[in-house]
Amino acid sequence: MNIKLHVWRQSDSSAKGSFETHNLSEINEEMSFLEMLDVLNERLECDGKEAIAFESDCREGICGMCGFVVNGIPHGHRERTTVCQLHMREFSDGDEITIEPWRALAFPVQRDLIVDRGAFDRIIQSGGYVSVRTGSAPDANGILVGKDIADRAFDAATCIGCGACVAACPNAAAMLFTGAKISHLNLLPQGQPERWTRADNMVSQMDEEGFGSCTNVGECSAACPKGIPLDVIGLMNADYIKAQKKLRSQ
Amino acid sequence: MTIELKSNAPTGPIESAWERHRFDINLVNPANKRKYNVIVVGSGLAGASAAATMGELGYNVKCFAFQDSPRRAHSIAAQGGINAAKNYQNDGDSVYRLFYDTVKGGDFRSRESNVHRLAEISRNIIDQAVAQGVPFAREYGGALANRSFGGALVSRTFYAKGQTGQQLLLGAYQALERQIAAGTVEMHSKTEMMDLVVIDGHARGIIVRNLNDGSISSHCADAVVLASGGYANVFYLSTNAMGSNVTATWRAAKKGALFANPCYTQIHPTCIPVSGDYQSKLTLMSESLRNDGRVWIPKSASDCWSPETGKLGRAPGSIPESERDYYLERRYPTFGNLVPRDVASRAAKKACDEGLGVAYGGRGVYLDFKEAIGRLGEAQVAERYGNLFEMYERITGDNPYKVPMKIYPAPHYTMGGLWVDYNLQSNLPGLFVIGEANFSDHGANRLGASALMQGLADGYFVLPYTIGHYLAKEGVRDNDPTRSEFKDAEKASAAKLDKLLNINGSESVDSFHRELGLIMWNHCGMARNEEGLKKALKEIPAIRERFWNNVSVPGNEKGINQTLEKAGRVADFLEFGEVMIQDALSRAESCGGHFREEFQTEEGEAKRNDEEFSYVAAWEYKGEGNAAALHKEQLTFEYVKPSQRSYK
Repeated sequence: MNIKLHVWRQSDSSAKGSFETHNLSEINEEMSFLEMLDVLNERLECDGKEAIAFESDCREGICGMCGFVVNGIPHGHRERTTVCQLHMREFSDGDEITIEPWRALAFPVQRDLIVDRGAFDRIIQSGGYVSVRTGSAPDANGILVGKDIADRAFDAATCIGCGACVAACPNAAAMLFTGAKISHLNLLPQGQPERWTRADNMVSQMDEEGFGSCTNVGECSAACPKGIPLDVIGLMNADYIKAQKKLRSQ
Repeated sequence: MTIELKSNAPTGPIESAWERHRFDINLVNPANKRKYNVIVVGSGLAGASAAATMGELGYNVKCFAFQDSPRRAHSIAAQGGINAAKNYQNDGDSVYRLFYDTVKGGDFRSRESNVHRLAEISRNIIDQAVAQGVPFAREYGGALANRSFGGALVSRTFYAKGQTGQQLLLGAYQALERQIAAGTVEMHSKTEMMDLVVIDGHARGIIVRNLNDGSISSHCADAVVLASGGYANVFYLSTNAMGSNVTATWRAAKKGALFANPCYTQIHPTCIPVSGDYQSKLTLMSESLRNDGRVWIPKSASDCWSPETGKLGRAPGSIPESERDYYLERRYPTFGNLVPRDVASRAAKKACDEGLGVAYGGRGVYLDFKEAIGRLGEAQVAERYGNLFEMYERITGDNPYKVPMKIYPAPHYTMGGLWVDYNLQSNLPGLFVIGEANFSDHGANRLGASALMQGLADGYFVLPYTIGHYLAKEGVRDNDPTRSEFKDAEKASAAKLDKLLNINGSESVDSFHRELGLIMWNHCGMARNEEGLKKALKEIPAIRERFWNNVSVPGNEKGINQTLEKAGRVADFLEFGEVMIQDALSRAESCGGHFREEFQTEEGEAKRNDEEFSYVAAWEYKGEGNAAALHKEQLTFEYVKPSQRSYK
């Protein structure tokens, strides 16, 4: 198949970027989207031109390293699919495809399709953990967790930290990401001792990083390659409000 | 000169060896711990758990990762599970049984003392992970669930759907982020190790390159820990992540660390087959699928993939039972579809070599869930394997609930790695190696669900003790990264990048990597023989020479240059591959994942030669163009007596 590709090129964070167009022929529909870019990059390299910078590592949809906007949708149009799992069979011969990096104040563009997602790590640092010293844990079956709670916590814990939720949100909010981690830990018995400080600190850090606010649009969950449900935001908000009261009374 | 390789494993009863050893080793005064600087390279299960635990103990830790966040490390892609001798299922499991299974599974080429310690610690890992909030699968009563895995007859595998690696890594990552926030660990993401600095025979630091701005800098420490993973990407196509590389361990090897058993590589039996030349990597389908999936091939070649037409014969659904060969169940009635990985992989290769393959290029066999769906219902199968089925569908476009999966073996894990003693210290004092990067626990074949176990055992529970022994002995030393040894190494690293950028050739980095990968796969893959290995030994230097004369690396060394990053890693694979071949050639026996065609039983199984080869082969780098020198650590088996492995 033949594809006309418009790619965002930007040499570094301070440069002004622009779209560059490439015509690709003989694209095999069994290729993944990133393999299509590999083919293009190899052609550029052999011609002595700089390759398009984009991130990817596992290429199995689990590491969260890849991600850019394909025709206006983070990770492309196929639901619950990272761009590394998107295959060219989802496109048609002659298609025009535009790809650009995540656009958000808290995710500055570093080069071409690569953005800095360090803000996510800092949100986790502010409370996305259970404070347990190595070696001090009780026997694993000493902590019983009902299957319903375990399953809900698991669903929230499947977040891969790719940033698609932020890119999809008209306000560039990180509520789905932050809510997923707060829900994962605050639902479980292990997370209870730090429940209120976690909600309070993680939400504060999220605001400090320059992410926007939630206006209940729901694009985040629709774009999430892991299908993290919107209710994690509800749980986060509820815990955040309760936390203000609990922490004041302490 | 022969280097004496002392395992430093405690003598006496193995059951209490680790406990006695912990008592015998030196401790660092808690008040002094913050005076020691420790470098950890890698942030996967081993690196993150080690950095977090040492930070918690009070050491001054710096952790380096080439990805943008420690959460991206490839441990995240592990699917099936993690073993632990908890015996929660009351099915006869014990520490001794896990120890026994692992030594036997490794085809009697691992060190008993290390394996026993691993089996003991396996229990603590599960406790630790659960306390961190790792959401393992649970029963309705709230207790942890288990499943069985290849090479074992008990259910000792803990899992979180098909995302066990992800959940365990996030647990370790969160523990690490907690320490970063506490200021005990300084994290350097997007930073790649370029070189190891050795002063007076001791590892004293590393040279790194910041992959965002291209700057090169020195980091000095009292000890260096490598947790940089395995080298399966030497095959180009493997289940490893795109960035997984041998650079950190290989560059340490060039500074004097011995590389042990490089030819022990694991070819995983259940991966999605190759679909074309453009393929960038292979995707694993968890071995846990073999619990309920049945492996088969058509009996007639007319139902298989035809090289003439490039098409398949009859659709699998229309081939009657009587015309199918469930070859694992037929050949291994006791273990059936659950035989260990090396055995399952070779059986698939044999079937395809006989012209009975069913995927592109005749490389693939069926993994069928029809019987399981009939027995359990679609919902139950989805509960167990839902995300794996979804992943398969994304990549192939086929729905495994309706048609059998097609699978084929692919390089997955490497048992070889830098040589370490019982303390996980290499032959270079002050250089410690943990997780997949070392060679220590899996012998010639790793059993399923034991990589996560080893990475976390090393990082949480072994290294944080044993490193103290070395640090206490050496005392606090000056940490001056402006010493000439560092400045010289910085210059050498910069010169190497400069050289790559100025070749201005016409062939891509990937084309060289593919070429090397094909040689490694054809001659040092699932089956090896003397003729092929000797051929490879001639071909690799020729590719390397062409690489250094004709590779194209556009751009410059400032800022992000992914082509330059790749070029450095491929240059290392081009050197390392040769040592791997040398090892495979010198090991004139078959064992575990190392199958030399000349050495097999009448039934086509691996035939060991314990009299001559019951040793660890540790290779010393002897300079470019020279053959590496072999050093041996003899293996002794006091508890599990070596026998012909049988899974019949």
